[in-house]
Amino acid sequence: MLRSYLKLAWRVLWRRKFFTLISLFGISFTLVVLMVATAVLDHVFAPLAPEVRQARTLGIFRARMIGDHRSQTSMPGYQLLDTYARNLPGVERMAIFSMAQTVYSYPSGQRIKSLLKRTDAEYWRILDFTFLEGGPFTDQDVANASFVAVINQTTRDRFFGGAPAVGRTLEADGQRFRVIGVVPDVPVLRLVANGDIYAPVTTAKSDAYTRQLMGGFGGLLLARSPADFPAIKAELATRIRAAQLPDKQWQRLFAPAETFFESIAGNLFGGRDDERSHPERLWAVIVTAMLLFSLLPAVNLVNLNMSRIMERASEIGVRKAFGASSRALVAQFIVENLVLTLVGGAAGLSLSALVLRALNTSSLIPHAHFTINVRIFLYGLGLAMFFGLLSGVYPAWRMSRLHPVQALKGASR
Amino acid sequence: MQTMIQLEGVDKVYRTDRIETVALSSINLDVKAGEFVSVMGPSGCGKSTLLNVIGLLDEPTKGRVQLNGTAVSSYRDAALAKMRNRELGFIFQTFHLIPDLSVADNVEIPLLYRRMAGAERRKLALAALERVGLTSRIHHFPSQLSGGQQQRVAIARAVVGSPRILLADEPTGNLDSQMGDEIMHLLHGLQKDSGTTIVMVTHDPRLADQTQRIVRLFDGRQVQ
Repeated sequence: MLRSYLKLAWRVLWRRKFFTLISLFGISFTLVVLMVATAVLDHVFAPLAPEVRQARTLGIFRARMIGDHRSQTSMPGYQLLDTYARNLPGVERMAIFSMAQTVYSYPSGQRIKSLLKRTDAEYWRILDFTFLEGGPFTDQDVANASFVAVINQTTRDRFFGGAPAVGRTLEADGQRFRVIGVVPDVPVLRLVANGDIYAPVTTAKSDAYTRQLMGGFGGLLLARSPADFPAIKAELATRIRAAQLPDKQWQRLFAPAETFFESIAGNLFGGRDDERSHPERLWAVIVTAMLLFSLLPAVNLVNLNMSRIMERASEIGVRKAFGASSRALVAQFIVENLVLTLVGGAAGLSLSALVLRALNTSSLIPHAHFTINVRIFLYGLGLAMFFGLLSGVYPAWRMSRLHPVQALKGASR
Repeated sequence: MQTMIQLEGVDKVYRTDRIETVALSSINLDVKAGEFVSVMGPSGCGKSTLLNVIGLLDEPTKGRVQLNGTAVSSYRDAALAKMRNRELGFIFQTFHLIPDLSVADNVEIPLLYRRMAGAERRKLALAALERVGLTSRIHHFPSQLSGGQQQRVAIARAVVGSPRILLADEPTGNLDSQMGDEIMHLLHGLQKDSGTTIVMVTHDPRLADQTQRIVRLFDGRQVQ
């Protein structure tokens, strides 16, 4: 029976070419937008080299200080992380890194803009960079404030024309660094790992950062296992609640340990006094946005399907006369609709790949490498099938309710 | 002889907000197994309605319908569908072939709703097409056939599942007299060879005279 339905589905699509084209356009366009959005979200949040240990890594990405009449929200400062986030129970390694800052270099009279990130040595042990040349800086380099740097591939191309860079020097932000390692480019949307030049945190121009509770740094906590997360979060919260605040106008400080997704949610949905991140709200927003975006073309497709069904009322009457139950007719129509949406899905997938390739090759998002991997493909397939069901169920149900006598007369109820 | 179709006190009334139309009134009808009965009457007298009630395509407002000894009043959608599939075959005036399906696929339709392998379905469809003399057209589509050929495909579809009852609503209404005679010849052959019970609605007294009994309707009532 399924083969018969598929055969009929194919012939119906082929007979009504114009309707089929309109439907396919609507489906594939919707899917392109949803797939590209999914690919971008996956690119930002899913494990991606060098952040391959995400499953057991928490970050400290935000902090808020609250006073009677004001509050201050920013990234945590070095002092907060160094004082309160070290030696947490269940944490295997802890790293501190600065957010990338824009710096300028002027080799041979040209101006080069780069993102400079300062880190400690543990940063390189938590993240899993593959080195194209050399290796990372060590605890000794950090302790000695050695002016060494790891650079990315693009920086090697810009400064050294792509030639081997280890042992050579470059100047950035008025400081001279000796290159000791080269790593592949990390997409700019990966805020933890992205950078053009990585230097030891102790090479900052001033040591004022060591006395700042708030601003400009992030922490990485590599847990022994995800099971340690609750204990790590609880202990950090306890320590920070007891933290010494800079002056009496501040009453409270919090800086939760959380995933990057949770930190985004916390920035969007966390209340003034609420240190919880509410990731479920961010999920709800994403899912709702996707559903709403799918709804319009789905409703359109429902309308198109309804008129298509009414044209086939006579066929429905015949099938009922010869023993088709309502369930069989619903199944037939849903199969037909799924065929349409899967064809649209395939078209959408192909177009998505083209759009993503165009995004990758454009300079819109530096070092972006959006892909359609197995996970994205399955999301896309799931979306197409969801779409097929969403736009097929109601028309199929209406069709199955047609009175056979009326249907044979070609009328609708 | 066994009674294949039995209607007792059957009424069919169509009601809208403003109008009540009595399509059938107090119909009592017994059709024996293997009988070929025609139903005649002026336009609008309820002939097609009677056929729809017998064919379980429409519910009577009042009265009892029994097919092959089984009362069907309490049957719901799924059970009625199963009964139609097993016991009934339909032949329509306008053929009602599905244009997107080939001849063979059209004939297979009743078998789709039985648990049957594809090869078995195809075998039975070919056998039915052989009975109506259309095995050379199995891959054609309805638009590629003449009216008579289309009606023969419809007959093949109606008999492919070996139903005990065939209901034909003006089966020759859209055909010329020669093709009409061919169709009648086929129907008589089915009755004789398979013992199929046939109820046929017709306007044509010449065709009605070829059947074993004529049921006459007027304004929804049986008349002599």
